[in-house]
Amino acid sequence: MEKEISLVPALEVHDVTVAFDRKPVLWNIDLTLPQGKLVGIIGPNGAGKSTLIKAVMGLLPLSSGYVKLFDKPIDDVRKRISYVPQRESVDWDFPASVLDIVLMGRYGKLGLFKRPRKADIDVAMDCLRKVGMESFVNRQISQLSGGQQQRTFLARALAQQADIYFMDEPFAGVDAATEKAIINLLRSMTDQKKTVIVVHHDLQSVPQYFDYVIMLNTRLVAYGPTESVFTQENLTGTYGGKLTLLTDVGDLIRREGFPNREAK
Amino acid sequence: MNDIYIIITASLVATTCGLLGCFLILRKMAMVGDAISHAVLPGIVLAFLFSGSRDSVTMLLGAGLIGILTTFLIEFFHKKARLQTDASIGVTFTWLFAVGVVLISLFAGKVDLDQDCVLYGEIAYVPLDIIILDNGTNIGPKAIYVMGTIFLLILVFIIAFYKELFLTTFDPAFANAIGISTALWHYLLMSAVSATTVASFESVGAILVVALLIAPAATAYLITDNLKWMMVIAAISGIISSITGYYLAVWLDGSIAGAIATCAGILFGLTLVFSPTHGLVFKKINALEVSTKPSN
Amino acid sequence: MNSLFEFFSFSDPNIRFVVIGSVLLTASSAIVGSFTFLNKKSLVGDAIAHAVLPGICLGFMLSGTKNPVFLIGGAFITGWISLVLVEYITSKTRIKEDTAIGLILSVFFGIGILLLTVIQKSGNAAQSGLDHFLFGKAASLVGDDLYTFAAVAIALLIAVFLFFKEFTLLAFDKDYARAIGLPVKRIELILTSLIVLAVVIGIQAVGVVLMAAILITPAAAARFWTDRVRIMILLASVFGAISGLAGAYISYTAPQMPTGPWIVIVISMIAFVSFFFAPRRGVVSRLLRQYTIRRTINDENILKALYQLGEENKNFFIQRYPDEIIRKRKFEKDNLLKVLKRLRAQGYVESSGNLWGLTEEGKTRGQRVVKIHRLWEMYLTTQLHIAPDHVHEDADTIEHLLTPELEAELERLLDYPKQDPHRSEIPYK
Repeated sequence: MEKEISLVPALEVHDVTVAFDRKPVLWNIDLTLPQGKLVGIIGPNGAGKSTLIKAVMGLLPLSSGYVKLFDKPIDDVRKRISYVPQRESVDWDFPASVLDIVLMGRYGKLGLFKRPRKADIDVAMDCLRKVGMESFVNRQISQLSGGQQQRTFLARALAQQADIYFMDEPFAGVDAATEKAIINLLRSMTDQKKTVIVVHHDLQSVPQYFDYVIMLNTRLVAYGPTESVFTQENLTGTYGGKLTLLTDVGDLIRREGFPNREAK
Repeated sequence: MNDIYIIITASLVATTCGLLGCFLILRKMAMVGDAISHAVLPGIVLAFLFSGSRDSVTMLLGAGLIGILTTFLIEFFHKKARLQTDASIGVTFTWLFAVGVVLISLFAGKVDLDQDCVLYGEIAYVPLDIIILDNGTNIGPKAIYVMGTIFLLILVFIIAFYKELFLTTFDPAFANAIGISTALWHYLLMSAVSATTVASFESVGAILVVALLIAPAATAYLITDNLKWMMVIAAISGIISSITGYYLAVWLDGSIAGAIATCAGILFGLTLVFSPTHGLVFKKINALEVSTKPSN
Repeated sequence: MNSLFEFFSFSDPNIRFVVIGSVLLTASSAIVGSFTFLNKKSLVGDAIAHAVLPGICLGFMLSGTKNPVFLIGGAFITGWISLVLVEYITSKTRIKEDTAIGLILSVFFGIGILLLTVIQKSGNAAQSGLDHFLFGKAASLVGDDLYTFAAVAIALLIAVFLFFKEFTLLAFDKDYARAIGLPVKRIELILTSLIVLAVVIGIQAVGVVLMAAILITPAAAARFWTDRVRIMILLASVFGAISGLAGAYISYTAPQMPTGPWIVIVISMIAFVSFFFAPRRGVVSRLLRQYTIRRTINDENILKALYQLGEENKNFFIQRYPDEIIRKRKFEKDNLLKVLKRLRAQGYVESSGNLWGLTEEGKTRGQRVVKIHRLWEMYLTTQLHIAPDHVHEDADTIEHLLTPELEAELERLLDYPKQDPHRSEIPYK
């Protein structure tokens, strides 16, 4: 029985197209990821990496296709997913302490009216220890360094005790020590059969960090186990030659105000 | 006794606005708050016309709806007509406010409001409108009860949903990802702002509401790094502004609302310079310390 | 009606004054405001408008009269101070711009109200009329005031004319302006001074609270009609002038009415009409375009179905019953007949009784749709490596959209393939 459950794919993306202002920024993405893998999403700027994880989490509307997590629609498994947004996406001048932020990870489970209890604080403290931030519990977030901000976000994600984690560039602007600490942590998470999906920039570390890799450039170039997919040919396909025709058609769709898909 | 009544009313308005203002400025929506406080005017006038009185629940509801309509219109012009946000705010609230003022002039006989009162209220008249019980006891001005109720409602709202308001303000994307609707809390908060604006309107007018929404919260933001304390400090600085403002107005024989706004501004100015955490003087000293450190 | 005639005959010199005055005020505000709009600084205009009130009061207190030089001078000074403060607070503290604007706006206005009420109670007889600054009163523009304001308005127009190129560039791309060595700071200084001046005279017409509207709203409305800056500013000034004229008229016929709100209502109505009905950018026009597109898609889908049926029989001109078309592709029957009739009128299909078939033109158009559909499927599978069973829906949209240039590029890129991924023939000529 246990085995059967873990056979369910962590993530299934079926024929997904995502458009901004009608212009498709991701075309017909199809992929399936098994559980318990550390997955990297790579591709050039504007390839739609962040868009893909946002669409998967239901933060952006899909123009076509569907997404399933653990074989269920996203809204049925919200409590099992976790998200680490880009560090710059929030205002770090916000009047809050590190603990306040990490406790947010418990909000999804708490529900309306309930305040974080002792048990939640224990979980939060535990997560802070895991990322090496235990001595900063009451530090104001405006006084954190970039690496510490990232660790705080990571602790918040851990506090969710989710099964699948989406992380948008967790290594951006962090020092080498933090990067190493983070990757070790992610490893230990996948060892516990958690699935971790990371938007990543640095190609050199890809083979070393990730079990699976998703190569993206407005369309899916390739995905699969790193050793078989992370090839020169696929890299050229991802970073080389722009598909000008695709861009032109996308612009045309926006200019003409074309519907995304024909109404059936 | 009268001055106590006025100060209490002003303090209630200031506290309520201060609490909500913290969320407004942290959400970078200070100007939307400004827009709402102007735009509720036609709602107030219409509710006046239909219900014939100024303290009915209809008025709160009607104007509250207009407040939401304002938020909606701003978004509509921005998203559907693709007008840039700042212009969309500017066009929406000026238009609604203009409609409100014209309505007042058109129904001058039927609506007990005048244009000046719209801008700076008539808090001086608060003690004139008192509630007298059947047995003849005077239990104080009505405005205090109205504002007191609103204050309690807002306080309960913020305490009960602190978690949600905090999260959707700090990190909307994360909130949505874990299934907490940012849109819902956005509209609830805007309704709270509308209700407060409406309730405070006749005592302090459109502009002072804005001053009390923004200035105390901004003052608190320069003092503390803790949201809960920020709200407390905002409330306190609102009360201080109310008290000093009242006496300033008495001394100069001018508008109380204007004087309270002035004092809120002065308080902000003082904090800007002398705040122990984010004040300019402190920053200067800090910078000096840092630059002298290597020589130690 | 009589008053309308009387007003527009402009025979009364007072009316002439008021009309010229308010039109100049609103039009020049609209022109200067266009640049605040383009700079996305609309709300800064609002802040300045509120912040001039204490200046006007101080000017009055110092001079003891409503001497326009003092009033304008005072307004100019506090207007400027407010801007400097907004900038200072935003750059020196962690307070964000919107909060700084709201803060300065409301506090300065509060100070203004305090001073105004103090003046009103001081018993100085000259003060009557100062409160017109709150809601505006075009009719109060008479004699000497008017000359001052007309002079300021004309100075504004000349300044905008002289610096037009620089202002436009700054609004469009500040970094570039800096890169090519323009004195950006100084130009911004000039523009800001112009805004302050426009506000100072504009509040005569609409008052402090609604001043933002005559700065921004005409520009926002004009933006919907054109993509060219010159035309936009010209239109904005015309819209502004119309609202000014309306304001003067209202001031004349209903003196107890506040002029400002009426001017704002007129200009807002112009703006709403623009938002909804402007060609191309307007909401209605966009909806209409959607409708046309939907119609084209419907038309072409039927032609495509007839063409595909023709492929099966190797004869494209066989006439068929509607039911047969529906078997090929699902259409609502009523709708199908309606579209068939429309296509017949356009010469794409012919009919005899209830039998319908393609004409030569219909065949060509249907063929093109089928060709693009299959080419696009080919493109998606070969170039984008998308699974063949996922390409159909996408191609169903693209087939109606592709321009002839993109079509040619697609053919060239794929090197004129013979078959699509589902092994259907791709029809060329």
